[in-house]
Amino acid sequence: MKLLKLVPDHTNIDFMRWRNIAVILSTLLTVASLAYTFYRGLNLGIDFVGGQVVRAEFARPVQIENLRARIDSMGVGEASIQALGNDRTYQIRLPRPSGPETAANQVVSKLRVAIPQQFPGARVDAGESVSGKVSEELASEGAKAIIFAMLGIAIYIWLRFEWQFGVGALLTLAHDVSMTLGFFAFTQLQVDLNVVAAILTIVGYSLNDTVVIYDRIRENLRKYRKMAILPLLNLSLNETLARTVVTSLTVLIALGVLMAIGPEVIFGLAIAIFLGVLIGTYSSIYISAPVLVWLGVTPDSFIRVDEKDDKTTPGAQPA
Amino acid sequence: MLDFPRWKVWIVLLVVLAGVYLSIPSLIAGTPLASRWPSYLVHSKINLGLDLAGGSHLLLEADQRDALKTRLQAKEDEISTELHRDPRIEVGDISTADGRLSFLVRDPTQVDAAVERMRKLSQPLQLTGNRDWDVSVVDSTRVVLTPTAAGTTQALKDAMSVARDVVRRRIDPSGTKEITVITEGGNRILVEVPGVEDPEQLKRLIGQTARLEFKLVDLEASPQDVLQGRAPPGSEVLPYPDNPGGYPMIAVKRRVMVSGDQLTNAQQGYNQDGAPAIDITFNTAGAKRFGRVTQENVGKPFAIILDNRVLSAPNINEPILGGRAQITGSFTVQSAHDLAVSLASGKLPVKLNVIEERTVSAELGKDSIHKGVIASIIGTFGVILFMLVTYGRFGVYATIALVVNGFLILAVMALFGATLTLPGIAGFILTIGAAVDANVLINERIREEIRRGRRLLDAVETGYREAFRAIFDANVTHVISASIMAFFGSGPVRGFAVVLLIGVVTSVFTAVYFTRMLVALWIRRTRPRELHI
Repeated sequence: MKLLKLVPDHTNIDFMRWRNIAVILSTLLTVASLAYTFYRGLNLGIDFVGGQVVRAEFARPVQIENLRARIDSMGVGEASIQALGNDRTYQIRLPRPSGPETAANQVVSKLRVAIPQQFPGARVDAGESVSGKVSEELASEGAKAIIFAMLGIAIYIWLRFEWQFGVGALLTLAHDVSMTLGFFAFTQLQVDLNVVAAILTIVGYSLNDTVVIYDRIRENLRKYRKMAILPLLNLSLNETLARTVVTSLTVLIALGVLMAIGPEVIFGLAIAIFLGVLIGTYSSIYISAPVLVWLGVTPDSFIRVDEKDDKTTPGAQPA
Repeated sequence: MLDFPRWKVWIVLLVVLAGVYLSIPSLIAGTPLASRWPSYLVHSKINLGLDLAGGSHLLLEADQRDALKTRLQAKEDEISTELHRDPRIEVGDISTADGRLSFLVRDPTQVDAAVERMRKLSQPLQLTGNRDWDVSVVDSTRVVLTPTAAGTTQALKDAMSVARDVVRRRIDPSGTKEITVITEGGNRILVEVPGVEDPEQLKRLIGQTARLEFKLVDLEASPQDVLQGRAPPGSEVLPYPDNPGGYPMIAVKRRVMVSGDQLTNAQQGYNQDGAPAIDITFNTAGAKRFGRVTQENVGKPFAIILDNRVLSAPNINEPILGGRAQITGSFTVQSAHDLAVSLASGKLPVKLNVIEERTVSAELGKDSIHKGVIASIIGTFGVILFMLVTYGRFGVYATIALVVNGFLILAVMALFGATLTLPGIAGFILTIGAAVDANVLINERIREEIRRGRRLLDAVETGYREAFRAIFDANVTHVISASIMAFFGSGPVRGFAVVLLIGVVTSVFTAVYFTRMLVALWIRRTRPRELHI
């Protein structure tokens, strides 16, 4: 049986040749993503802005206009209604009412009673309400978690490798997270707690790739002390390329299936991680590695201080 | 590489078998097989989160203003009782303006005595050395009691722990359901009730403070004054929405005849007209007091007050001596039942507001499980197929490792009674995709070493050794992000993090040690000359 080799043996791509173009492009895209996110804003779910969502299943097909008219007549605010797969299942989202913290929950109670009354046989399958206070807390906790995760991982990389690698990891993460946010701003897909979980996963996953490449760079720096840094990075990237491609593909296969046929509640989570894997694979090659060149990583970076001393003072005997 | 002693083989096999065994109860849960699983075998299984099992998650927060008001009222009663004791101190009306209590002492020589007695009433707080109320004198005859911040915090803390127990009793009077009721962050209570059919009833049960009071109706108040909210001294005006007399207000004496604290039981029943009502039974002290007051006030009406609203104001036709009474009002069977449960469980010391609700029906939960399981199976097959065509024999090893890993994740979750949520299923699928990474790293490294011209054994040995460093570091990054998620995340997201964390640890075991064992056994058995990888 002939085995599949997605990356042929002795592949030798000069990745670093395009590093300046790639980095400029990535920087521009990152800045554009952030700017666009600030300009257009994210479509934040009720987890982060408060409000209420009800998911209802009707006995007979219902026109969206009809449903909207009925809900508008209840005087609970302007509903945003979304069909879930068919014309009998709808998700109804309402803005957070002004007033006390309990107001949001009272709206859900009202809908839960009114929908089966107005549409006989209808069933409210899920109801969520989040007050303003809780949503503010969830938003700040989510942001904190992402920042702490990025810093925590960067510090770990710094401890395990060298400071240049830590900086490289942090920049890579900043790139991946910004791009993911930009995607959500562009598509206006809803950002809920699950998406925060997805971003944290991306933070963990993207670094997974970077760590494997860094590990190989470190190994090669020790092995080929005379090699210039650019060919050495190219060598390391090519050596790990097969693994990068295969692993990314397995994760994409698993997530692709989840996106296509998994429960719709976690579609946001699945698509965010799917995208993050793509971005993370790219950035581990074109952000993580070039950063090392600018930060001046050389074979000497991994030689311990006492070894350096031995070299600079030729007369000294090694202990 | 061949150095894989027999005892190690046994340990690895034992872990794998334990994993399969421990995951069986979770896998067969809900199928007919579950009833045929022998009772002497392990039964711990994975809990399903509310988003999969269906149920309600409610976050309740104490109404701080109501808490303050209740505390002032209780203090007012306490002060009034204390000042009426011998030697009695004559004071003017007790005022509760600006969150403070104050009263005018009529005889200036008694001011010091009043202050002294007020100080005695205040409680020292543990460790801090502060007292829960500050007592001071203004304008030489006005005694002012101000709640201290520490006292308010302590009072809220005490109230919350009582409230937690009351909420639990209301949702689950028999104490048999698997519900979660815990206090969070000083002024919140988290309630999780699986499989709830009607969250509105749940909220009604919790939402009622159920502060029940019996007070005499003030018959001297003029209807005009009552309508404008004015009451004679010693009385107050309360809303009375179902007043058969027409006015939605009524004046009642401030003094409480009997309160709901003195109930021993409350049950839904019917009055003589067949309308739903609540039968209540007082404890001995309450029965005595109720008997005395009704004896002294035959022919006069008294008001039954729930959370400061008058439910009804029946006439006392005869003294009620047995300690049993009936609360009437405009009830439905359901609302009478709910009120009875609330009364029987005791009053909430503080009003609780629902600030977050997440309810999922059991049907939707089942649908999510169904879709999640199918996606997991297809995803796993996709990954397996890819592994097989890419690595051949070593792909088979990776596949076995993958399946074992699935069992181990379930087993560890069952062992710790972890909760599987919908994002947790996503975590499971993601772990399947990511778990093979270790095998990919190893296999690619072996390919590389063979390309470099190493001999088979040497290549495999080096592959495992050199790849392990990268596997370890890469998984630590996963652990960091998953731990932070578990720490900051709530409910479902925490479920995702837990699956990721467990998956990372088990996948290192299966992908590194387990496959290493399989490879070692194969090499030892067949002594292959070349490696097809």
